[in-house]
Amino acid sequence: MSSPVMHSAHHAPTGFIRRYIFSLDHKVIGIQYYFLAVFSVFLGMALSVLMRFHMVYPDAKVSFFEKLWPTGAPGGIMTPELYLSLMTMHGTIMVFFVLTTAPQSGFGNYFLPIQIGAEDMAFPVLNMLSFWTTFLALIVMVAAFFVPGGPPLAGWTAYPPLSAVGPLSGPGEGLGQTFWIISIAIFCGASLMGAINFIATTIDLRARGLSMMRMPLTCWSWFVTAILGLLGFAVLLAAGVLLLLDRLAGTSFFLPAGLMVNDQILNHKGGSPLLWQHLFWFFGHPEVYIAILPGMGVASQLLATFSRKPIFGYRAMVYAILGIGFLGFFVWGHHMFMSGMNPYSAFAFSILTMSIGVPSAIKTFNWIGTLWGGRIQFTTAMLFALGFVSLFVTGGISGIFLGQPALDLYFHDTYFVVGHFHMIMGVAAIFGMFAGTFYWFPKVTGRFMNETLGKIHFYLTFIGVYCIFTPMHFLGISGNPRRYADFTNFDFMGKLMPIHTFMTHAAIGTMVVQFIFLFNLFWSIKKGKPAPINPWNATTLEWTIPSPPPFDNFAGKHPVVNHGPYEYSVPGAPKDYIMQSDPA
Amino acid sequence: MASSITSDIVHGNPPPPTRNFGGGDGEPGGRGAHRRASMTGLLVLLAASVMLFAAFTSAFFVRRGMSNDWVDTPIPNILWVNTAVLLASSLAIELARRALRSGKRVWFNRYWTAATILGVAFLCGQYLAWRQLNAAGFYLATNPSSSFFFLLTCAHAVHLLGGMSALGYIEVEALMLRLGPGKRTAIDVSAYFWHFLDAIWIYLMALFFFWG
Amino acid sequence: MLLGPVVWVLTLVICYFFLGHYWWFPPPISQHGQAYDAQFTATLWVTGIIFFLAQIALGYVIIKFRDRGGTARYSHGNNVLEVVWTSATAVLFIGLVLAGTRIWAAVHFEEAPADALKIEVMAKQFAWSFRYPGPDGKFGKTDLKQVNDQGGNPFGIDDKDPAGKDDITSASIKVPAGRPVELIMRSRDVIHNFFVRELRLKQDIVPGMEIPFHFQADQVGTYEVPCSELCGLGHHQMRTTLEVMAPADFQKWLQEQAAQK
Repeated sequence: MSSPVMHSAHHAPTGFIRRYIFSLDHKVIGIQYYFLAVFSVFLGMALSVLMRFHMVYPDAKVSFFEKLWPTGAPGGIMTPELYLSLMTMHGTIMVFFVLTTAPQSGFGNYFLPIQIGAEDMAFPVLNMLSFWTTFLALIVMVAAFFVPGGPPLAGWTAYPPLSAVGPLSGPGEGLGQTFWIISIAIFCGASLMGAINFIATTIDLRARGLSMMRMPLTCWSWFVTAILGLLGFAVLLAAGVLLLLDRLAGTSFFLPAGLMVNDQILNHKGGSPLLWQHLFWFFGHPEVYIAILPGMGVASQLLATFSRKPIFGYRAMVYAILGIGFLGFFVWGHHMFMSGMNPYSAFAFSILTMSIGVPSAIKTFNWIGTLWGGRIQFTTAMLFALGFVSLFVTGGISGIFLGQPALDLYFHDTYFVVGHFHMIMGVAAIFGMFAGTFYWFPKVTGRFMNETLGKIHFYLTFIGVYCIFTPMHFLGISGNPRRYADFTNFDFMGKLMPIHTFMTHAAIGTMVVQFIFLFNLFWSIKKGKPAPINPWNATTLEWTIPSPPPFDNFAGKHPVVNHGPYEYSVPGAPKDYIMQSDPA
Repeated sequence: MASSITSDIVHGNPPPPTRNFGGGDGEPGGRGAHRRASMTGLLVLLAASVMLFAAFTSAFFVRRGMSNDWVDTPIPNILWVNTAVLLASSLAIELARRALRSGKRVWFNRYWTAATILGVAFLCGQYLAWRQLNAAGFYLATNPSSSFFFLLTCAHAVHLLGGMSALGYIEVEALMLRLGPGKRTAIDVSAYFWHFLDAIWIYLMALFFFWG
Repeated sequence: MLLGPVVWVLTLVICYFFLGHYWWFPPPISQHGQAYDAQFTATLWVTGIIFFLAQIALGYVIIKFRDRGGTARYSHGNNVLEVVWTSATAVLFIGLVLAGTRIWAAVHFEEAPADALKIEVMAKQFAWSFRYPGPDGKFGKTDLKQVNDQGGNPFGIDDKDPAGKDDITSASIKVPAGRPVELIMRSRDVIHNFFVRELRLKQDIVPGMEIPFHFQADQVGTYEVPCSELCGLGHHQMRTTLEVMAPADFQKWLQEQAAQK
């Protein structure tokens, strides 16, 4: 595998390349993942604003569209196929390169080893490789924009036959779709490498006294997320290989007989489009829990810290994380209720899906229970954690409709679904990332981010995302289908245009507001107010070491843990917090 | 950093690492933690690989049950030879490890080299098997069974290439007399991974023997 | 602390729009549609109350327990409360899905009645075609090689099969009110989806599968049908209509079509 942790511990790296580019230091790697996600989220956001613009002004002539995409936007008017390609890339980049990187590999890489008292991850070389493999995957994905035919248009879900028959089924389905599959396959490998590190580190490198039930909930989240990724991405890799073979080698895993695409009869036989859906969603459902669990961990951490109270029901919270992780593997069929699969299995999947709502509800109740009776401090980090709870409730609640196959008979493939998953992934999970950024920035840089800018950004974003995504539920109730380039062909959709226009304006406004955050992030690195090593009077191990931490975190010492992770306001204690490594 | 052979001979083998899971009670920075972490890492890697083959297997059975164009792929006879070669290589690895535990370094080198050569022989045998199938008219896209045959044996071969690089690394270190106690974990991890590949191979042979 | 009132205001605005039914379902045209709406309403009330209470509670704790000096309550939780609210949630959520099972069963577990009118649906990039068996009550065999979209034979009805000579092909689907209809759904190329809002029904159409789907429409009218599974660049243009006709009018239409053959 790689050199033992102890060998690297005694030699700080020298040289620019070794320190910042091909670093083995989990902290540098965490920051690399974070900035990969920051780049990706702005790219994904730009794509979404282009999409929203086109939906409301489909005939608008925008000359810079033509410059960027001469075939996709001739005369400056975006074609439907270009719209669908932008949509595909938006979803793909956001789900993989934002939500599967920063929450887990960004924050987790930086803080898991420190929070458990270790010098580094178990396999630092593997860690470095996992980042650069992710980076390679991003390069290949972005390259799909520039290949002949352009990027694929089959959605981030890439259902065959649309994604499997090549350029016959649409522009971008040639080289673009192939690049997409290759990028995802590379990403699967990178995730696997990361998962190995997270799991081995959590199980084997904990400090003395840090039993599993004394771990911060952030560590539990990263641990379970890694297990989900390990098992899920392997299946996605298998699916991707089969799809690639169907496209390039003439096999028929997903392609049935009797296909006539674009007036051409194809000679595939016997494959099943549903097989792809089963394999994809077997990965895809755990994937959405990968996207949200780290944010839940951060929310728990921050709610306890800034209420000056232990987390309400720590044990229940752990079981809830485990329950969500475990059950998450058995509910994939709820993405396929209308797919033509056996209706009896739809029933089974729906029972399991409703069950997974239970641990999610437990977490929500416990968060409110944590706040109850607390002394709440409204730092920007805490505001984002509180916002996370509100958005998680809103987004989770719409899941109760979609998890019932009877109701899905109407809502499948409408904007109700789009509203649901954006609330949960596109907002709540992102708020988890914002919260983590403001909370841990002082540890990483030794400076605070600007609180005033932070609060302005928070409130405008919080209201903004409610304005963008709540109306989608009404569009869904009205029956507006998703993945439509424009709504000009149907009478009933014409009446819904005011909602679309409102959402587009909200989206543009909210995107502009994100530049406040970007400015705050970069400005504060150099000019932020200097921060003490424990600015929040928090209890977990990262707050015992200098800011920024030395290259081996604990300067050669091995911390010993004597307390649970959230011992705030303990009666009789000298301060309103007891650090985990304080004497017993 | 590597200990010398003389040190091992003089002082005897280093004590076995203590296995100490899940209590957070072991010394996290010591060699014991590294060994534990490597074993956990291996287990995790094997879990992912099992999931990959499980996904392919489920696709196999779904596809098999779906239509009437499934024609069993004949197992080329050389695959039985290959199976024996692979099992022999695992045996060689175990003999090598046993030799190392008794301090017999020369025998370790001999057995490990044998295992490495047998691994290469397996890969060559696989290539021959594919050529034989091609000659009999079975290609990747000929029919679903042949698609799965090539897919699964190729996936196994890719894993085997990974295993070969581990075996090769140990081989080089052994021949350069650089195998100190610090490399013990690497040897064990490589060995277990190699045995896992045996298990996958036997599983694939059974899959094709019984279900085509 | 401002967040508390902000959450309350957002909650009230959202509840207002849900209660006001400003952008809502079109009226249902079938018994299934009515059952659907009842289940939706039940779910809306349960989730709406949970949504309202959770957000109000969140806003409340934000305001009430803001830091005003003093000490926080040191508590690791309350097991009784955990059990109570966990059980309540489980009962509510699972209860909801069980209640909806009857609706799901009626659509998918039960077969179409024997006297259902059979119509074949064929979806392709980017148009719908429908086929009626004609006076002989039998669908003719189809052959992909005989598909001729321009020549009015999107199904590829085999000209050697006499049963196909009287098949009626239409670009929109017409059904008689008050009579069960069984669709047999096929796709020629990629996955599509047949969706009628007023029926509260949709179904993916998967190449390689022939998917039966039955319904009964009771209200005369013309209803738009948008394709509801991404099928390519023309997905947003893939439109047809479901026209529910009085039985006499439907018969007349059938006869007119048959006479033109």
